[in-house]
Amino acid sequence: MIRAVIVMNTQGKPRLLKFYEFQPPEKQQELTRSVFAGQGALLSGRPDNVSNFVEADAIFGPVIFSSLLFVSFVAEITKKKKQEEFKEGTRLVYKHLATLYFVFVFDSCENELAMLDLIQVLVETLDRCFKNVCELDIVFNFNKMHTILDEIIFGGQVLETSSERVLKAVEEISRLEKSSSSVSFVPKSVSGRFGR
Amino acid sequence: MAATAASSSSPSLIDTLFQRSLDDVIRVLRSSSSAALEAAAIARALDEIRREIRSPDLDTKAVALQKLTYLASLHHFDMSWAAFHALELLPSTSLPHPRAAYLAASVSFHPSSTDLLPLATHQLRKHLAPSPSNSPALAAPALHLLALASSPDLAGHLAPDLLPILSSQSSSNPLRPKAVATALRALAVCPDTAPVLFKPLVECLSLSSDPRAVSAAIGAFCELALAASDPSPYIPLAPEFYRLLVDSRNNWVTIKVLKIFARLAPLEPRVAARIVDPVCQLLRRSTAKSLVFECIRTVFSSLLDHDAAVRLAVDKTKEFVASDDDPNLRYLGLQALTMLGPAHSWAVEDSREVVIQSLNDTDTSIRREALRLEMGMLSDSNVVDICNMLIKYAIKSDPEFANEILDAVLATCGRNVYELIVDFDWYVSLLGEMVRNPHFAKGDEIERQLVDVGLRVRDARPELIRVARNLLIDPALLGNPFLCRVLSAAAWVSGEYVEFSRNPLELVEALLQPRTNLLPPFVRAVYVQAVFKILAYSFISFIKQIQAGELLEIGNSFIQRGGKQEGSDLVAAKSSSDQNNAFAIGDGVATDDKAILFDSIEKQETFKHESISCLLNLIETVVGPLSECGEVEVQERARNVLGLILIIRETQFWNIEEGHELTRDDKITKMVELMESAFSEELGPVSTNAQKRVSVPEALILNENLSDLLDILGDDDINPCASVSFSFRNHHSTETNQDSATAIEPNSFLAEHRKRHGLYYLHMDKDKSESNDYPCANEPLLPVSHGEDTEDIVKLPAQSLIPEKAKPTKPRPLVIRLDEGDGVSSSNLTTAKESKGDLLSGAIRDVLLRNEKKPSLTHKTSLDRTSQRRENGASENSELISQQKESNSFGDREHGNSSSRKGRHHHKERIESSGQNRDNEEKSHRHSTKSSRHHRRHKHRQRGDAPLDIAPQSPVIQDFLL
Repeated sequence: MIRAVIVMNTQGKPRLLKFYEFQPPEKQQELTRSVFAGQGALLSGRPDNVSNFVEADAIFGPVIFSSLLFVSFVAEITKKKKQEEFKEGTRLVYKHLATLYFVFVFDSCENELAMLDLIQVLVETLDRCFKNVCELDIVFNFNKMHTILDEIIFGGQVLETSSERVLKAVEEISRLEKSSSSVSFVPKSVSGRFGR
Repeated sequence: MAATAASSSSPSLIDTLFQRSLDDVIRVLRSSSSAALEAAAIARALDEIRREIRSPDLDTKAVALQKLTYLASLHHFDMSWAAFHALELLPSTSLPHPRAAYLAASVSFHPSSTDLLPLATHQLRKHLAPSPSNSPALAAPALHLLALASSPDLAGHLAPDLLPILSSQSSSNPLRPKAVATALRALAVCPDTAPVLFKPLVECLSLSSDPRAVSAAIGAFCELALAASDPSPYIPLAPEFYRLLVDSRNNWVTIKVLKIFARLAPLEPRVAARIVDPVCQLLRRSTAKSLVFECIRTVFSSLLDHDAAVRLAVDKTKEFVASDDDPNLRYLGLQALTMLGPAHSWAVEDSREVVIQSLNDTDTSIRREALRLEMGMLSDSNVVDICNMLIKYAIKSDPEFANEILDAVLATCGRNVYELIVDFDWYVSLLGEMVRNPHFAKGDEIERQLVDVGLRVRDARPELIRVARNLLIDPALLGNPFLCRVLSAAAWVSGEYVEFSRNPLELVEALLQPRTNLLPPFVRAVYVQAVFKILAYSFISFIKQIQAGELLEIGNSFIQRGGKQEGSDLVAAKSSSDQNNAFAIGDGVATDDKAILFDSIEKQETFKHESISCLLNLIETVVGPLSECGEVEVQERARNVLGLILIIRETQFWNIEEGHELTRDDKITKMVELMESAFSEELGPVSTNAQKRVSVPEALILNENLSDLLDILGDDDINPCASVSFSFRNHHSTETNQDSATAIEPNSFLAEHRKRHGLYYLHMDKDKSESNDYPCANEPLLPVSHGEDTEDIVKLPAQSLIPEKAKPTKPRPLVIRLDEGDGVSSSNLTTAKESKGDLLSGAIRDVLLRNEKKPSLTHKTSLDRTSQRRENGASENSELISQQKESNSFGDREHGNSSSRKGRHHHKERIESSGQNRDNEEKSHRHSTKSSRHHRRHKHRQRGDAPLDIAPQSPVIQDFLL
């Protein structure tokens, strides 16, 4: 499964975080930070024109299937350290585009090159959705980003790999959202007033 | 600003009217130039949110929640306090409200942080229910929340609500794949849902389904099969997977199917034989690199028996490895080759150059992978070449990677008590060479291995002392803080194995050179102790030299065998002074060694009067000041050395001339004996299991007193005994020597002690069968007979089939291995399969067995069918079987029966053998109606709380696969 999706800029500021195994906020911060500049300078230390894969065992710890959720088991399993075969293999694949890193963290159930393709799908969808996507679009469209991502990856599983169909679904949702609230959703916005 | 200040106590109209939107907050955050400003802006936003989120107006609440979700997600603020407010928005009829609530919940909800989600059970159910008013826009986030945050209870409750979506026949229900992914998570958290959810999941695999549902379902099965510690329950589904492998045109699906087969094939050779052809075809034809790579991985991990496939995959891998323009392919190619292991080193040979070049790649991932590949290829025939190459290479590479190389070499060579090493002289000098690396930082491990090799491999000791000498003598090394541990080991080696040294005096000089004051005190202490040992050894040798000379003079007829005569004399003297017979044998061994050495010393004539007195003077001047040293360890040892010098001086040895009646000088003889007895015993490795072999005396109840401790610790996970660590292997001087003053006949003391407290000693006879008898540092009274047992101890090189290289190889020297647990790396200690994931596997096995009755899946073996017919009428056949399966799993569980269930006809017997099960069966005969079945299934689920411990049964494979 895909364990996490992280979009961050080249300064290490997170722009989109999605963890498919629950992580408390502090842990999320720590993980994001170490993905950007962890030991061995993970992303920030990698030049261009190198491979897109990084081993992430050290950061994300052993994979214990979705039973991470199954709290009672976790203590037992980590204690026994028996999951040797699954422990190996938390991978991280990233793509560096303009000012952004797109990072997918996944386990042995996914294919590395397929994940790379999936990043491409995500980026393509964003590009179509925002017409020449840039970091600012991602910053200001928090909800839409989640909507798009949820159409592609759902609960850690890849559901859709066609950006066209993703786009269609997302558009349908925003249409519904608009029509559902007769009054526009954020009617009271006074952007100018506090924005300065 | 004025408005916000005034409204801090109660929400004013202004604030609700002019609520800041998420975009406003983001804009403010972006415009704050410093971290402090940003923190202030966030604090202000959080204050607003706290107020707004309590507003009765749902719009205000929703916007506040959105802002909070943003801050929680990207600025890592805890938002569990707002969980209830999120739930408040769920019932709203305006679509954005519940969607905002679901997003907030999916970011922050989890059983471990909030237990409020069960409050929303009804609302979730409502959103999941298929009705025209419910758009996928609501059901999808509901499913997602369920997937990410449901507790086992909630998953169990809502599992039936997934069914309508899972089995919806409309070809393009966008929810169906999402429901599949949710069902997977539900299965993971709550295995009891398997009876409900598994069948629809299997149905999703069928061809008629929506391709996206198929894709999601195969992903789910991949997840399940790879996570199960025993994937055998999925073997009955093999035909479905096979069909997908052959028919599917979707690479995503094919990749997942291959992953499943890679897991199943090792369990069932027929599966492997069946998939070889399709996999090879995919390898040949597919243009998608991801798919080709998955095929390679499948072949390398599970189809290694099929030569043609392996060859094809190796060819493809070479293409990967050789692709200059795509570092990703190179990385993956190296990774694939690593899977092969030393048995297929031929595959790597062709790509050797590329691999070595990859060690120099700009990409750290590729370098690491290349290093791992090299390590994986190591076997006893190529270890020398590869390690030499790597160590030379490490000198040139950057500091971090250099140490990674050293680490890898040390770990691989040291694995399993140096099983790869044949030529220990080489290995020891390699260790010495590693230290010379300018980036060297692996002092601890080298220290451990230097001492460990010394203890375990007798034949390596001469080389070891040579390496130690070279390290000690180099003044440049002393200032490097990374090296002090290595130097400490070298000093210990030089003291302990001084008898192999060509020039002990030189060693002392090295140990006492001025720059040693740069060393930390604990290393200094080892240095001084080494000086002590060398001094004692030199003096003994000197005296013996003279004694031998006298013997030569006295016994003219024994000119040739003077040395040996001396040796045997000594043995006689020893055995008369030592009561313990067993020990005499051990001592005899040591004396033999000494005798050999003695010859060499005779030849060299190192120990002259002048050299000894020079040595004494040197030591006195350098060690003297140390006796005032502030560090007690150093001080104590320095005083020991000075004490010894004092005693030696008292004997007035420098007056001894050739021809002096030395043999009659009782004082000197006694002293020599005493010093010899202090150091003659060899130190050996101590098994990590040594403590286990000490049997607990009957009267002693260890656990009784410790049980209080358990209460105090509270956590039952912690075993108080296990947390105590004994440092068995502290090889440094503390353990090494007794002070010569206290070492008067240590063996007779021990013997006496043993007699009195025999209870606490190791059994002497019990261990004969084990090969742990040599050299027994801490069990000195065990019979020492290493000569005969070498066969057990020497580990035969495992890969005898590998063609030996032409160059002459030495026979592998004896390496002491104490017992099974000794030195075995933890990875080898993985215990047998446990019942963890089997909870789910067990549940799924039950379901699959029930599924057997489904015509689409089932091809019952004739044997089963006949046995069933005998029992039941054909009409109610299927119904009953499922009943029996259930009751049977009861039986297994209740009786804790872990033996494997061989076949279905066995179940019958087992059922009849237990009264309760017979009862169940009778019931099932009486009402085999649908309702009763449901009732019982429900009961079954409740019982399922107890952990299933069903051993794998031999699966029923359809004819299809035969």
